[in-house]
Amino acid sequence: MPDEPTADVGDEPVPEPNPEHEATLAALRDGLGADAVLDQADVFGNLIVRITRASWAQAAVVARDQLHCDYLSFISGIDWQPAPREGDEAGGDTSSPVQPTETTYGAAGSAGRFQVFAHVQSTSDHRALTLKTDVDETNPSVASWVSVYPGADWHERECWEMFGITFDGHPALRHLYLPSAFEGHPLRKDFPLLARVVKPWPGLVDVEAMPEQPGEPGVPGESETAEAATSSEGAP
Amino acid sequence: MSTTDAAPPTRFQVDRAAMRHLADAQVNVELDTGDMILNLGPQHPATHGTLRLVVRLDGERVISADPVIGYMHRGYEKLTEFRTYPQITTLINRIDWLSSFANEVPFMTAAEQLMGIEAPPRATYIRTVLTELSRIATFLLFLGEMGLQVGALTPAFYGFRDREYVLNLIESATGGRFHPNFNRIGGLKDDLPWGWISECRSTMKIVLDACDDFEDLVLGNEIFEARTKGIGIIPAASGPPYGVSGSNLRASGVDWDLRRDAKPYLAYPDLDFQVWTHPDGDSYSRYWVRLQETRESARMVLQCLEGIPTGPIMAKVPRIIKVPEGETWVETENPLGQMGYYVISKGATGPFRVKIRSASFSNVSILPWLLRGVYVPDVITILASLYFILGDIDR
Repeated sequence: MPDEPTADVGDEPVPEPNPEHEATLAALRDGLGADAVLDQADVFGNLIVRITRASWAQAAVVARDQLHCDYLSFISGIDWQPAPREGDEAGGDTSSPVQPTETTYGAAGSAGRFQVFAHVQSTSDHRALTLKTDVDETNPSVASWVSVYPGADWHERECWEMFGITFDGHPALRHLYLPSAFEGHPLRKDFPLLARVVKPWPGLVDVEAMPEQPGEPGVPGESETAEAATSSEGAP
Repeated sequence: MSTTDAAPPTRFQVDRAAMRHLADAQVNVELDTGDMILNLGPQHPATHGTLRLVVRLDGERVISADPVIGYMHRGYEKLTEFRTYPQITTLINRIDWLSSFANEVPFMTAAEQLMGIEAPPRATYIRTVLTELSRIATFLLFLGEMGLQVGALTPAFYGFRDREYVLNLIESATGGRFHPNFNRIGGLKDDLPWGWISECRSTMKIVLDACDDFEDLVLGNEIFEARTKGIGIIPAASGPPYGVSGSNLRASGVDWDLRRDAKPYLAYPDLDFQVWTHPDGDSYSRYWVRLQETRESARMVLQCLEGIPTGPIMAKVPRIIKVPEGETWVETENPLGQMGYYVISKGATGPFRVKIRSASFSNVSILPWLLRGVYVPDVITILASLYFILGDIDR
């Protein structure tokens, strides 16, 4: 019976269906309902399934009980919005990567800015599954997995403090890494990396401070004899 | 005595007769001792860095334990978004600093996957050798240090001494004792130096001998057995939901090793090796499993050196590395457990997002459950036997 939804939802991005992935998908559709599975992708042999937010809690139960994924690898979040860049520091600076400015979503898509994703595995039959779900941008929250995977506790605390995504049903969402008075969510793309705001790239600044402008820049072996006089001027 | 009996009691004198009655009355009363909160760390030597453990004690027994982490949080996941792929190797060397080379491999594999590059076979084999060498170095330190935590000084000296041979090997091949930074996207920085392979062979003999020494010295020791057997038991069903991986999980009887069971990576499909498990799940079995794995790794290194192919060590890679849009998840079996990177690229010279899944983070997250009800001295043994690196927890 899970054949009908397979025919109309998936299959077109996957050229040759991986039988193991098909079985996993069928079990997910069975356990969550066919409309709960929004999209799927196969990246380098990893199965990524995007499910609705309402089915997130149930997905953990299905993964553990039906798919025997007893091992929780991680839970984390993604902020798909590109980081704002003040000015264009790309001019000549190839040391800092410049990300594209338009928002694109990765494998299996996304409905908005924030996603929560988790990776579960089976220690017995070595199945692995990455689950993604979209969360609301203004009030991001999703169900907690702590009751199914106790190891989710720390992962969710980390995700909460780094992305500001609330996990409903988590026993104590408090700071894990950061001091309890910390404000802001550092892994959100609009949270600036202060070190880079103060100094775009420390290495670049050092290069600019080098005095040798007219001669050959920067090759000490070649300029040794030619620059000997100029460099010894400043030396005591 | 008789003089005090005669004189009327002053303010400062105690009515001994009354006190005796008081003492009798309290014999059968449960003494109400408040719970004691004990801070272990952040600088306790048993915690391998700056892990703080807030332990609530009832006498000698732990009622609850709450690990406080984050003293070494360096925000690597954020920093990766501001660096190019070749620059990130420097960061991820410092996640688990005892086996830095092993940290580099999954990240490089992820970038290579996204770019559609495959490292040449010789580079793959050298990567495998160096990964196993860093595993041996990490475990030799553990084998020595675990003895130290139960009061045996000698194994610690042996462990540090023998690890030094392995670190020398890593240094002579890569130039770095702890942070090799030797992997490049598409291969390796350099080929092995002349004479390295024969040097490596003789060092592996030293390692195998060292394993025999540890087996005699530590595993056969009555005190060690008394302090570790039956202590800190992780049942086979309890480890995986917490994400406990690696030797800690195999010591609980879960037969799961990513070198064999994950998608094939490095030269492991070509190697013939055994995955060691122990049914007990206690501190002793974690030591036992790591000892066997050290031996197995030495044998794997010898196998690799037999079959090491000739050829280039770098694939053809563009001068400026731009990784096409896409995402991938690469996991490897690191010395401390499952290490994985979920890399999301948007076609730039640096990644858009990197989720670093480090082994110790999950291995330590079981502590509140594991430490409930154990005695204080066993806390130290359990911490040591779980074997974590703080850089690997805090990232």
